[in-house]
Amino acid sequence: MVTTVISKSPPSDVAIIETQGLSIRFGRQIVLHQITLSIPRGQTVAIIGESGCGKTMLLKSLVGLLPATEGTVRFDGCDLKSLSEAELTKLRRRFGFVFQNAALFDSMSIQQNIAFPLDQHGVPPGATAQTLIEQRLMEVGLPTSVLPKRPSQLSGGMRKRVGLARALILQPELLLYDEPTTGLDPIMSDVINELILRSQRKYSVTSIVVTHDMHSARKIADRVIMLYPYSRLLPGESQVLFDGAPEGLEECKDRRVRQFVRGEAGERLMELLSISSVSHVDETPRLHDTIARREAE
Amino acid sequence: MGTTRKTSRDSLAGRMSQSFGKVANAWGGVVIQGINTLGDISLFTCRMLMWMVSSRPRSGTLMQNFYAVGVLSLPVVALTGTFIGMVLALQSYHQFKTMGLESKLGAVITMSLVRELGPVLAATMLAGRVGSAMAAVIGTMRVTEQIDALVAMGANPIHYLVVPRFLACVLLIPALTIMADFMGIVGGYFFSVIVFGIDHAQYLKNSRDFVGGFDFFTGIFKSVFFGAIIAIVSCYRGFHCQAGAEGVGRAATSAFVESFVMILAVDIVLNMFLDGVHSTFWPTSGSKLF
Repeated sequence: MVTTVISKSPPSDVAIIETQGLSIRFGRQIVLHQITLSIPRGQTVAIIGESGCGKTMLLKSLVGLLPATEGTVRFDGCDLKSLSEAELTKLRRRFGFVFQNAALFDSMSIQQNIAFPLDQHGVPPGATAQTLIEQRLMEVGLPTSVLPKRPSQLSGGMRKRVGLARALILQPELLLYDEPTTGLDPIMSDVINELILRSQRKYSVTSIVVTHDMHSARKIADRVIMLYPYSRLLPGESQVLFDGAPEGLEECKDRRVRQFVRGEAGERLMELLSISSVSHVDETPRLHDTIARREAE
Repeated sequence: MGTTRKTSRDSLAGRMSQSFGKVANAWGGVVIQGINTLGDISLFTCRMLMWMVSSRPRSGTLMQNFYAVGVLSLPVVALTGTFIGMVLALQSYHQFKTMGLESKLGAVITMSLVRELGPVLAATMLAGRVGSAMAAVIGTMRVTEQIDALVAMGANPIHYLVVPRFLACVLLIPALTIMADFMGIVGGYFFSVIVFGIDHAQYLKNSRDFVGGFDFFTGIFKSVFFGAIIAIVSCYRGFHCQAGAEGVGRAATSAFVESFVMILAVDIVLNMFLDGVHSTFWPTSGSKLF
């Protein structure tokens, strides 16, 4: 279990969110095993790792979207497990979540989508809903002419920016991004990176970003956490292979971290091919049996 | 030779016990899954009822669902009601004529419609038109993380998505049933009186004499349960939708099939219950069923 905190942002000792021995299992399948993390206020953390290692599960469990099988998640010192549904709902006012495909409501206009958190929790004093909506839309670089449109009428990049505007509307203390740049062209990816940095500077929000995009991770993160699939770990190994400043990724002693950062297939291709050939070999005796029986008949 | 026969007998018994084990295992799995689903649906219903009494749904979402369930279903329910009334008249007329009872046709058509066909037909149309759509919409929301987004923004998905749909189905299905009954009676009257030339006064007199207020109440009372079944089963299927287009399609299909089967099963139970109620309060008038 790695709990080191290396940060290039102004240091803050108070953890806004922390996990202790967090495990998530589905039946016999272990997705996350004994994850212990502590994220201080104001830090931007990138969670990297190959597909299926449990990054999104970790992100969802941090806001109680996915209950932990074991262990605890504490937000501002408050154990999520001990909260009632109503208390958790109230606490979620302090979170913002940007989903992988924006997750905008199809049945609503962009205006209604951005205003949704305001409908649920009320408009902050001294502001009007319309002003807030227009202000957030401007911050993410979208014109007000998109407000009456439906999500299906917008491009992928625009939808992601609307998702960001919706997440920012109540000025949350913690912003979670699930693969914000996936599926976007390089320029739009960088626009999203800039918007993440801007919102962090403007609102001093703590951000946790799940990404595969190393360029994005290096640009926005104060700290990088790399997860590894539990099923491929050696006995006794922690699922967190790396936890530190992005500058340390290239010099990491663990070959798997360097390999991921450089995007090298290495022995992974051979591993995958051997898995498929094992399943092929498994079928061979049965096939031979069938042929032998047919010949005997 | 004897040893060979014994060995083959043993291996046959072994194979039989093995296949019996497999069948028992498969059936056991189905039963356990069924019990799990039943428990899950019960918990889902309890959570929905708790949210329904603890927090009022927003009028905007409520009206949207009332419009989709009530207003948009009205034409199709009215049309099918008319046709079923006509078909009843067409099918029954020749049978009754051979016995010289064609003037009683009004009683048979009206009784069948208000007690059985009206509520069941309205419920079937609602399950097909609204139930499948509910499962597909909620299923798509599940697959595209819109339900997670609702939760993340502090809205409870049961309260936001299920409660308005449940209320719309339960409160508006009686109105749709009345429409199906009325249009069916109109369709039956048209075919019996205009096409087959049955005496208009006799037709109406028999309808009035044989069909009472309790029969009308039976249909309306049952329809409330049918509405609840449609909303709960469809929303549950949507919430437990598997990933991908196939998962959404399967959720919509199971929502309709399971709602329909449950409507028919609950119909039998409610008919027996209501007959018991009728016999208790009006013992002299006899059973409506047996």
